[in-house]
Amino acid sequence: MSWRNKAAKPNTYLESNAEAIIADARRELKNPARRLLGKRVLTLGGIAMLSGCDLTNDKSVNTMLRRMSFFNDEMQALLFNPNEMAPTYPESMITRPFPFNAFYDIDDVPEVDAATYRLQVGGLANGKRVWTLDELRALPQEDQITRHICIEGWSAIGRWGGVRFSDFLKRTGADTTAKYVSLHCADNYWTSIDMPTALHAQTLLTLTYDGAVLPPKYGFPMKLRMPTKLGYKNPKHIVAITVTNEFPGGYWENQGYNWFGGS
Amino acid sequence: MRYLINHEIALGQSTVQPAWVRITHWINALAVVLMATSGWQIYDASPIFPVLQFPSAITLGGWLGGALQWHFAVMWMLVANFLVYVGLNIASGRLRRKLLPLSFRSLAADLVAAVRGKLGHADLTRYNAVQKFAYLVVIVDIALVILSGLAVWKSVQFPLLRTLMGGYDNARIVHFVAMSVLVGFFVVHVVMVALVPRSLLLMIRGR
Repeated sequence: MSWRNKAAKPNTYLESNAEAIIADARRELKNPARRLLGKRVLTLGGIAMLSGCDLTNDKSVNTMLRRMSFFNDEMQALLFNPNEMAPTYPESMITRPFPFNAFYDIDDVPEVDAATYRLQVGGLANGKRVWTLDELRALPQEDQITRHICIEGWSAIGRWGGVRFSDFLKRTGADTTAKYVSLHCADNYWTSIDMPTALHAQTLLTLTYDGAVLPPKYGFPMKLRMPTKLGYKNPKHIVAITVTNEFPGGYWENQGYNWFGGS
Repeated sequence: MRYLINHEIALGQSTVQPAWVRITHWINALAVVLMATSGWQIYDASPIFPVLQFPSAITLGGWLGGALQWHFAVMWMLVANFLVYVGLNIASGRLRRKLLPLSFRSLAADLVAAVRGKLGHADLTRYNAVQKFAYLVVIVDIALVILSGLAVWKSVQFPLLRTLMGGYDNARIVHFVAMSVLVGFFVVHVVMVALVPRSLLLMIRGR
């Protein structure tokens, strides 16, 4: 600011000329240094970005990132409030058509035979271990219109109906003090969830979509719907449920997606 | 940190940027670059604006899963550092001393001078009104980028935040706009440093 004041009111012609000459000389002197520094600043940014790309393939960096992801699992378990309900929406807000999403094309959706289908319950459970589709349909059913949030960022609102998962676990005599529930699917997908989420009131073993039998593209014969978790934690075509204390991992989780995947 | 503050006082007026400002500044700079570049990779998985995609040459993480790991690791660094920066700014009185007061009139006058290329930087110990405004905006913007990010990450667990952001989908847009303001600041900031190189020395040496 003092620079601006100095240049504002020259007293005499000579003084203004002298000042202009000095200013010009100074500018000339400064310019190469400035240019060099400017270049350096920009190069610094460039190097930082390049090294950023290389960091992706560095083993110790990957180990650090995995550790941070496990730390984030614990943080999310702490943040998870079992009494906090995901928002529900009116029927008019349902996304139509609801998007199909899987790690394969829609033509490769598995075809599960309803007549021969059996749901197996394994691990730390001492009740009924094999379920037919009719037996599951005979259990008390409920409905929810909730938002499905994909890890990619998009979201869609849908209507799912089925058996409250905590009810189902009780009927199978599951040890609800166990840490994990792992879920295996007819399309060889698998994932696993924490017990508090498994027991959440909105965690639903869904058998219907929008009032009709769950179509193959949305996971026939059943999908585990959790509005408190991201899409990849909501498996379709489930054939086996295991209650366990051993960390089971998952298809995407083992490749680097965060395990807890909470919303 | 207490030792550092006392040390700066002992040095007297020669130190323009105390050590805590310089340390938090550079940690923040690194965190912002890592968060923005990994964030762009995440954005590309499902672009909010289909016409806008970020080329992979300027993104971090290699793929969505890798970018998310970076984003959710560095976010702790960004947030912790930001809280220390804002906390010390308030506690030390630097916020009041250096970034305030800011009047609309002085901002308009300095803005006109800046556009005409007549806004001097002879005295680097004092910020002009444009600088004050830019630094205050970026502080508020980082707070917004953190809160909107939290609403995207945990939209179910933070219902009030979700509502304030206008719902999950809108929180993504708020997050994107706040990122854009931050990146815009970053670009202008770096250009200004290239024009006034002494300010870079000041942020490294403190003098």
